[in-house]
Amino acid sequence: MRKIASILCLCAGISLSAQTESDALFMDKHNLCGGFVYGNTTWDHYWEGTFYRNNANIGSFKSNSVMAMANYGIARGLNVITSAAWIDNRVTAGTLIGQKGIQDLNVFLKKEIWAKDIKGFNSSLVAVGGVSAPLTDYVVDFLPISIGMRSKTASLRLLGDVQKGHWYGTASAMYTRRNNITIDRNSYYTTELIYSNKMFMPDVFSYNIRLGWRDGADKYFELIADRMNTLGGFDIRKNDMPLPGNNMDAFRAGVNIKYPVPVLNGLSVMATGMQTLSGRNMGKARMIMAGVVYQTAFMKGDKK
Amino acid sequence: MKSSIKIAGLFGLLALVSCNKDITQRNLEFGALNPAKIDTSAGKWKPVLLTSATEFSCDVPIAVTSPDYKLQLLEIKSRQANMTDADEETLKYWSAGTVLRWNEILRELVAKYNLPPYQNPDGTYPIPSSANPLAYPYFPFANPPYAARAYAYVSAAQYDALVAAYHYKGFYRRSRPSAVDNTIKELIPVVKDFAYPSEEAVVAGAAFAMMSLLFPGEQDYLQEKLNECIDVRILAGANVRSEVEAGVKLGKAVAGKFIARARTDRAGKAVGTPADWAKLESDAIARGETPWISQESPKRPPMLPLFGKTIGFLVDTTEVVSNRPTAPPSTASPEFAKELDEVLWYSQNATRERMRIVHFWADGAGTYTPPGHWNAIACEDFVNMRFSEVRWARNLALLNMAMFDAAICCWDAKYAYFNPRPSQANNKIKTLTGLPNFPAYTSGHSTFSGAAATLLSHVNPSRANDYMSMADEASKSRLYGAIHYRSDIEVGMQMGKNIGDKAVARAKTDGAD
Repeated sequence: MRKIASILCLCAGISLSAQTESDALFMDKHNLCGGFVYGNTTWDHYWEGTFYRNNANIGSFKSNSVMAMANYGIARGLNVITSAAWIDNRVTAGTLIGQKGIQDLNVFLKKEIWAKDIKGFNSSLVAVGGVSAPLTDYVVDFLPISIGMRSKTASLRLLGDVQKGHWYGTASAMYTRRNNITIDRNSYYTTELIYSNKMFMPDVFSYNIRLGWRDGADKYFELIADRMNTLGGFDIRKNDMPLPGNNMDAFRAGVNIKYPVPVLNGLSVMATGMQTLSGRNMGKARMIMAGVVYQTAFMKGDKK
Repeated sequence: MKSSIKIAGLFGLLALVSCNKDITQRNLEFGALNPAKIDTSAGKWKPVLLTSATEFSCDVPIAVTSPDYKLQLLEIKSRQANMTDADEETLKYWSAGTVLRWNEILRELVAKYNLPPYQNPDGTYPIPSSANPLAYPYFPFANPPYAARAYAYVSAAQYDALVAAYHYKGFYRRSRPSAVDNTIKELIPVVKDFAYPSEEAVVAGAAFAMMSLLFPGEQDYLQEKLNECIDVRILAGANVRSEVEAGVKLGKAVAGKFIARARTDRAGKAVGTPADWAKLESDAIARGETPWISQESPKRPPMLPLFGKTIGFLVDTTEVVSNRPTAPPSTASPEFAKELDEVLWYSQNATRERMRIVHFWADGAGTYTPPGHWNAIACEDFVNMRFSEVRWARNLALLNMAMFDAAICCWDAKYAYFNPRPSQANNKIKTLTGLPNFPAYTSGHSTFSGAAATLLSHVNPSRANDYMSMADEASKSRLYGAIHYRSDIEVGMQMGKNIGDKAVARAKTDGAD
């Protein structure tokens, strides 16, 4: 029921632009890439625990967002990526009010740790460390309408990439440590009654696989599959409200495209579509994103 | 070298996130109960239902010189010699107070069972059945009226059982095990009065019996808690087995009287019938009013429309009707339109602070309900006030009888007037919390809170202003949440205070003040 928020929270930046935290592409030294991405996520069915249902008191869940992102090449094979989103969540039926606002700041440091050409296969290993923290005091305990989880997180992703000619495959796994959160009430029921305004947030393990064709960092087409699992948490009970500390799993598949705009040097457009195929305590969401990014050299002479 | 520093930097980022994710719960920090005053005269306090403290008998205890008693002392020594870490945890948990812990167990069961049933394929809703509590929909649906009644019965049964127990304690004057045998160690603070029957076991027996009626699907869990609670008394060196057994027996016997009353207090018929529901609507139309209509989809029958006919403890059934508040503004009146506009304004101009207030007091589905919230508030203060077990029980009985009767009076008004929620009257009004599935006037939160704050102010005058401001905030949270009109919360608060006054009047004459 609350999937959207979590996807945005856990995977902010995923597939949103070239040289994201989940691919093997890097900005050159002193190059800066910045852009805006519009996102739309919607679902009308969700998994309440493992029970797949709809809810006429929610109708469809709709999330619209605008994400600002920037990626800077600190050195060859070392990038810093940052993003933040404004999100508007609402439901189409029932009486519950929507929520909107600025969500979390995400910062990733991405480092190529190994690269080698093995018999024509360009191979590399990349490590990505990330942190995120809420930028505003948004309401978290109002799922699925809340715009995020308001958890401070730290993540580490290890990624392997192999390219032969224009064809490539990327696989990565990420562990996200999530801090407990503070909610507005001082007791709540999980599988027992908890007398605290702190809520335990299970950590998250996710993996991501991409197969595609690319020509440089600005032109590619790829198929994506990803899976996220919270390591613990509890199910939404039948007809109960979801809670941020729920056990949340999702398996998604989709496509991701980026293409340079002719004539306008440095400008690229991108689009992503993802569909949740299975899940637990999350919505069966369809996500569409579209954006523009502009890349420029910060210091003259560095631009390729 | 340089790159290894960068890698270290990546891992360094992880250090920004804290390592310890244990949640500290307030109620597990409570120290052992060591009453400031023993209340030895509690056997003369006025019970709720018992005709006298001796209505139920309590057998003469075995002599402390008997072989059986000596064996029971050995049982204490043997339990203590074989104590495990788990035993220590259990000991620490129960030492905070028996009335307290059973109140928490009840709150937990309310939260567990406070979920509206999922609809049938044809769009109707199944009704939980006490005869089949383990099949979905689980019995009970522990909604606020059901919960208010449960808190009242459990608390009042415990109180009456303790009045009887205190009588017998004074009558039999049985010394504590450690006073009989000075080699017995007391592992928790033990009140220096008489040990037979064990008052903690009396509380447990009464709670077990009463809660078995109210939550029939939880027999195993309740039995486990009962065993744990009485085992702790032996483990702690506070009681021998015959003292706890007599206590459980007395507690269950007294609860039997409350169970018989609960079976005939009309709450079991509060769901009503489709004919009752239809009549509420047609009556409202006949009065020229817009009737309440469920805003749930599929439309859910109104929650416990006949609950107002339930027999309470403080307010007479005829008084419920004669003291019913005057009608809310007619749905056709300018006053109504004005109140509706105010709700719309709160819906469209929510601030973060008002949202905090709405969510803090929402106590909706899946929670221990507003009466449970007030029990939690009361208990956290009572811990600091170091009441004896019997005074704990008496104060919670007064609090919960007040809130039970508040529920009855409030539900009577809701179904006498059957008025629409703001979001029914104006679909531009979006709510900041879940919309309750029953009419608006008067606000349940306000009625519960007015009653609770009034009684608690009497029990703990040093915090009277705090209780009143909490009640005020709880009440306003429903207007801020855009689910109630101002007249709902103001009239509800006054109703609640009037009922609270009745509990205070009882408090002044029950012999405990």
